[in-house]
Amino acid sequence: MVKEDDILEKVTSSDYKYGFYTDLEMDKAPKGLNKEIIELISSKKNEPEFLLEWRLKAYNIWLKMTEPNWPNVKYPPIDYNDIIYYAAPKTKKKLGSLDELDPAIKNTYDKLGIPLEEQLILAGVAVDAVLDSVSVATTYKEKLAELGIIFCSMSEAIVNHPQLIKKYLGAVVPQSDNYFAALNSAVFTDGSFVYIPKNVRCPMELSTYFRINAENTGQFERTLIIADEGSYVSYLEGCTAPMRDENQLHAAVVELIALKNAEIKYSTVQNWYPGDAEGKGGIYNFVTKRGICSGDNSKISWTQVETGSSITWKYPSVILKGDNSIGEFYSVALTNNFQQADTGTKMMHLGKNTKSRIVSKGISAGKSNNSYRGLVQVSKRADNARNFSQCDSLLMGDKCGAHTFPYFEIKNKSAIVEHEATTSKIGEDIMFYCNQRGISEEDAVALIVNGYAKEVLNQLPMEFAVEAQKLLAISLEGSVG
Amino acid sequence: MLEIKNLKAKVETDEGGKEILKGLNLQIKAGEVHAIMGPNGSGKSTLASVLTGREGYEVEEGEVLFEGKNLLELAPEERAREGIFLAFQYPVEIPGVSNTNFLKTAVNDIRKSKGEDPMSSVDFLKMIKEKAKLVDIDPQMLGRYVNVGFSGGEKKRNEIFQLAMLNPKLSILDETDSGLDIDALKIVADGVNKIRSKDNAFIVITHYQRLLNYIVPDFVHVMYEGKIVKSGDKSLALHLEEYGYDWVAEHLEEIAK
Amino acid sequence: MTKTEIENTDLKLKLVSDFQKFEKSLNGKANSILNKIKIDAFDCFNRLGFPVKKLEEWKYTNINPVLKHDFKQSTQLAKHTLTKDFVGKYFLKDAVNLVFINGFFDESLSDKITDNDSCYSGSLAEATTKFGDFVEQHFSKYADFKSNSMTALNTAFSKDGAFIYLKKNSVNNIPVHILYISDAVNNVMLSQPRNLIVLEEGSSIKISEDYFTVGSNYNFTNAVTEIYCAQNSNLEHYKIQNDGDNSFHIGTTQVHQERDSKFSDTTVSWGGSIIRNNLNSVFNGTNTECHFYGLYLLDGKQHVDNHTLADHKMPNCFSNELYKGIIDGSATGVFNGKIMVHPDAQKTNAYQSNNNILLSDDATIYSKPQLEIFADDVKCSHGATSGQLSKEEMFYLRSRGISENDARILLLNAFASDVIDSVKIDALRIKLYHTLQLKLKS
Repeated sequence: MVKEDDILEKVTSSDYKYGFYTDLEMDKAPKGLNKEIIELISSKKNEPEFLLEWRLKAYNIWLKMTEPNWPNVKYPPIDYNDIIYYAAPKTKKKLGSLDELDPAIKNTYDKLGIPLEEQLILAGVAVDAVLDSVSVATTYKEKLAELGIIFCSMSEAIVNHPQLIKKYLGAVVPQSDNYFAALNSAVFTDGSFVYIPKNVRCPMELSTYFRINAENTGQFERTLIIADEGSYVSYLEGCTAPMRDENQLHAAVVELIALKNAEIKYSTVQNWYPGDAEGKGGIYNFVTKRGICSGDNSKISWTQVETGSSITWKYPSVILKGDNSIGEFYSVALTNNFQQADTGTKMMHLGKNTKSRIVSKGISAGKSNNSYRGLVQVSKRADNARNFSQCDSLLMGDKCGAHTFPYFEIKNKSAIVEHEATTSKIGEDIMFYCNQRGISEEDAVALIVNGYAKEVLNQLPMEFAVEAQKLLAISLEGSVG
Repeated sequence: MLEIKNLKAKVETDEGGKEILKGLNLQIKAGEVHAIMGPNGSGKSTLASVLTGREGYEVEEGEVLFEGKNLLELAPEERAREGIFLAFQYPVEIPGVSNTNFLKTAVNDIRKSKGEDPMSSVDFLKMIKEKAKLVDIDPQMLGRYVNVGFSGGEKKRNEIFQLAMLNPKLSILDETDSGLDIDALKIVADGVNKIRSKDNAFIVITHYQRLLNYIVPDFVHVMYEGKIVKSGDKSLALHLEEYGYDWVAEHLEEIAK
Repeated sequence: MTKTEIENTDLKLKLVSDFQKFEKSLNGKANSILNKIKIDAFDCFNRLGFPVKKLEEWKYTNINPVLKHDFKQSTQLAKHTLTKDFVGKYFLKDAVNLVFINGFFDESLSDKITDNDSCYSGSLAEATTKFGDFVEQHFSKYADFKSNSMTALNTAFSKDGAFIYLKKNSVNNIPVHILYISDAVNNVMLSQPRNLIVLEEGSSIKISEDYFTVGSNYNFTNAVTEIYCAQNSNLEHYKIQNDGDNSFHIGTTQVHQERDSKFSDTTVSWGGSIIRNNLNSVFNGTNTECHFYGLYLLDGKQHVDNHTLADHKMPNCFSNELYKGIIDGSATGVFNGKIMVHPDAQKTNAYQSNNNILLSDDATIYSKPQLEIFADDVKCSHGATSGQLSKEEMFYLRSRGISENDARILLLNAFASDVIDSVKIDALRIKLYHTLQLKLKS
C-alpha cells in the first residue's frame, strides 16, 4: 500500500508550468538607485514636473526608512543597488493595432493563454497587457471611452489626466506608508489606471496581466482605480512569470478609491515563479494594496488566489471611512516547497455601521510556511461596526507550517467582532473514500483543495475561477502540467 | 469472480499488530448475493477494509483473486476501477465538493483508466437523473456537498446512489442497514435489488437479519473470530436471529461440523 | 527578542547600583551556583533593559509610566504595621496561608509552615539553606531570562518567595494560599517575589497566589513563579491579583510539564494600574494536559495585559484556554494567547478562546489569539469575540420585571462564571463570586 507521505510528496512536487523566457531587446537603465535614475525614469516617460517632485520626495523618505522585519518570512538581504529600475521593450513607434505587436511578446502571451486574441475579446475581456514595465497594447478602450470610463496605463494617465493623478495618487497609500511603498513611489514605471464616472456600471471585467521578464529587473507597478459616486467596476489582475534563477523583487502598489455608493471588486490570481523544489530562485512579492471606502454605502472587495512567488508579503486592506461601507477580503494562499507567505488583511472601521468580512484559506505543503496576519480595527466613533473573520489552514505533510496572527483593536463598545480559525489536514479517511470511488490521488487532492477553497473561489468572476482552480491543482499536482 | 483463500490479516495498533482475520475462505460468483453476519469484533468490517485496500491493515497470509487478478497488489483506486465498490459504514463528509463534481471525477477517472474519453456533460446529467430515481434521491441533494449535513439515512442512500452511478462488479455493503429506520432500509434495499443482476455480485455485511428480508441473499456466512464458521442459505440468518450470536460461541465445534 | 533601544532610565541606573552592592556583599561566594545565575541574569537585564513598545510582545503595553517612580527594594523583611487580625481577613479557611510582605516571608503572620514526609510549603529563602541542592536543581531552570528582561531582573534580585515541594505520590488535599501583600503605606516599593513549586511524580495539590496592595503609595511587583510538574502529577494553580490604582504588576508563571501531567491555571485580575501576566507552559512529555482560564474585570484607567503560551513540544497533548474580559471606564484589556505546535507534536489538540464585553465608550480591547503550527496531524482552533451584552437577553430579563441594572449584573455574572467555576478551592471560588458581585454593583 502506498504510504500517505509518498502520495503527498508526489502530489506536491510539480514543476512550474510557465517557465520560459522571451528574448526581447530591452531598453534598460543602468543598475542602481539614485536621484539620477529617478530623473531618468521620469523623463523617459515624459512626466510632468509635479510627478518627478513626488517621486523624489518618496525617494528621500525611503532613504530614511528601514526594511520591515516583523513578517514571518526569511530571505537574504536585498541589494537595492543591484537592481535595474527601468526596462522597456524598445518600441519603434506607437502601436496602431494588435498586429503591430512584437511577435515574440505576442507568442509569450499566447503560451500563457492570455486572452488577447479576437475570440477572447469577444468574450468581453478588455486587456491592458503590461510586459515588464511598459504598457504595450490595450483593447476595447474606445468602447469604454463611450461611457466615460478611463482604462489606460499609468504612464498615459499621468500625461493625459494629470488632475486625477494629482488628486488621487498616494491618497490611500502615501509615499511614507511603508518601506516598499516608498520605494515604489520613487521608481514605479507603469501600471493600470481606471476611472469610472458617476453612476456608470462598467459593462465588462477589466483585466491586466503582469509579467516579470528581464533578468535583474525589479517590477514596480502602480495601479490606481477610482470609482466615482454610484459606479461599479470589477477588476482582474493575473500574473505568471518565466523561470529565473535569481530572485526578483516585486514591490507593487495598488490603490482603490470608492466614493459614495460605489463598489470596487478587485480579484487577483498570482502565479509568479515560486522558486524550484530546492527553494532556489523565485519572486519576492512585497505588495501594498489598499482601498478606501471614502463615501457612505460604498464597498470594496478583495479576492486573491496566491500560489506563486518564493516570498509573499501582502495585506490587501480596506479603510471603511464612509458610513455603512463594506469591506471584504477573500483569500486562498497556497505555499509549496520552500515558499513563504505572510499575507492577510487590515480592516479599519472608521464610519458608523461599517461591516467587514474576512475569509482566509491557507494551504501549506512541502517545506513551506504560510502565515495569516490580519488586523481588525474599530475606532471610537465606528458605532455598530461588525466584523467576521474565518481563517482556516490546511496542512499537507509534516514539514510545513501554518500560522495565524490575528490582531483585534476594538475601541467601541457597540462593535461585534468575531474570529474563528481552524487547522486541519487532508484526512486519510477522505483520501481513502475518494480512492475507493476510483479517483486518483492527484484528482482527490485537487478535489478536496478546491472544495476547501470554494468559499473564496466562488467570489471570482467565472472565467477567473476556472483558471484559479486549475492553478491550485497545478501547484499541488505532479501529473498535471 | 472473487476468491479468498486462507486470508490472514492484522490491524496495525500502537502495540504492534492484532490479528483479526485468521484464515478466511470465500468464493463468490457473478449474480450471487452473499450475506456475512457475525458479532461485533468478528472481523466483518476488517474484511471489507482489506478487500478495498484501506491503510492500516497488513495481510500476513493467503490470497485474494478478483477475476483472476491478485487484488492485494493493487492501490485502492485501482481496485475500484477493477469494479470493487464499498458502501461505507461511516461515509465521510467532503466540504466544498458537490456530489455531482465528486461523481463526475470518479466516473471520468475510471473511464480514463480504461482508455475511454470523459463522459459528456449531457450524458452525465442524464445518467445522474436516471440513477437518482433508483434510490429515490432528490436531485437537489446532488448539488450539495458530499455527505455534508446529511442525516444518517441520507448518507447511506447516497452510498447506494454512488454504487448505481459507478456500476461495479462486486459491491460490499458494510453495515449499510445499521442506524436506518424501516422506511429508509426499504429504499436502500429496493435500490440494491434494482441494481442486482446476473453480472454483478454483492457482499452484504450486517449484524441484523432484518436487512435480509429485503435483500434476499443466496448464501449466508457466519463469521466468528476471524473465520467463516458456518455457511448456509437464508434460513441460517433466521436461525441466528432466533438464537443470537451467543449460540455461535457456545456451539462452535458443533457448528463447524 | 529583536534589537531594542536601551534607555537608561533612572530606575535602571538605580538597579545597577543595587546589584553592585549585592555583588560586593557576596564576599567570596560569587561562584556558588545560585549567585552565578544571578550575576548572569543581571547581565541579561542590563543588556536588554526594560521592555519597550517596539517589541511585538509589548506592542500594546507601555511600561514607561512605571519607570518614572523612585522604587526602593528591601533586602529582607522590613518593619511594617500589618497585624495578624488584618491579614487574617484575607486568609482562606481550611488552607495553609503563607504571608509575604513586599516579597519577604513573614512567619509571624502566616499559618504554620508544612514540613513533613510528603510536602514542604514555606519560604524559598529557608528552603535554600535547608535543601540547597534541591533548589539548585530547579531554580531558574524553567523561567528563561535570556530573552525576558523582567524575568532576568527578578532572577538577579531573587531572595525570597514561596517554596512548595510535593514528594512522590503525595496527594495534598489542603490547599496552599499564598498572600503577597505590597505594603505601600509608607514607602514606594519594588517587590520581586520568586516562587518555586515542584511536584514530584504522581503528586497533586491546589495552590493559589493572591496579590494585593495595602496603602496608596506607588508600588511595583515583579514576580516570577517557576513550576515543575513531574510525570503524572496534577497541579491546580490560581493567581488572583487585586491591586490599587497606584500598583504596577508584572508576573510570569513558567510551567514545565512532564508526561501525563495535568496543570490548570485560573488568573483573575480585578485591578491595578498596569498589570501584565505572562503564563507559559511547556509540554515536555506526551499526554500532558493544560487548562488556562482567565478573567479580567477592569474599570477606570486600568490596563491589564495577559500573555499566554501553550508550547506543544510533544505529541498527544491537550491544551484548552478560555479568557474573558469585562471592560468599563477608559480601561484597556490586552489578550495575547499563543499556541505553538512543534514539528514532533502530532495529534495535538489545542483550543483557545477570548471573549470580551466592552461596557463603556472609552473601553478598549486588543486581542491577538495566535496559532503557530508545524505539525499536520493536529486539531487546533481559536476564536476571539468582542461585543456588548445581548440586547435580546437584556430585554427578556427586563420583560420579567428585572431592573436594567440587575439584568446587567445577572448577565455579566453568567459571562464570568465559566472562568470562576474553574476554581476548585471552594472557599476561593465563593470569595471570587463575592468580589465579582461587589465589582459589578459599583
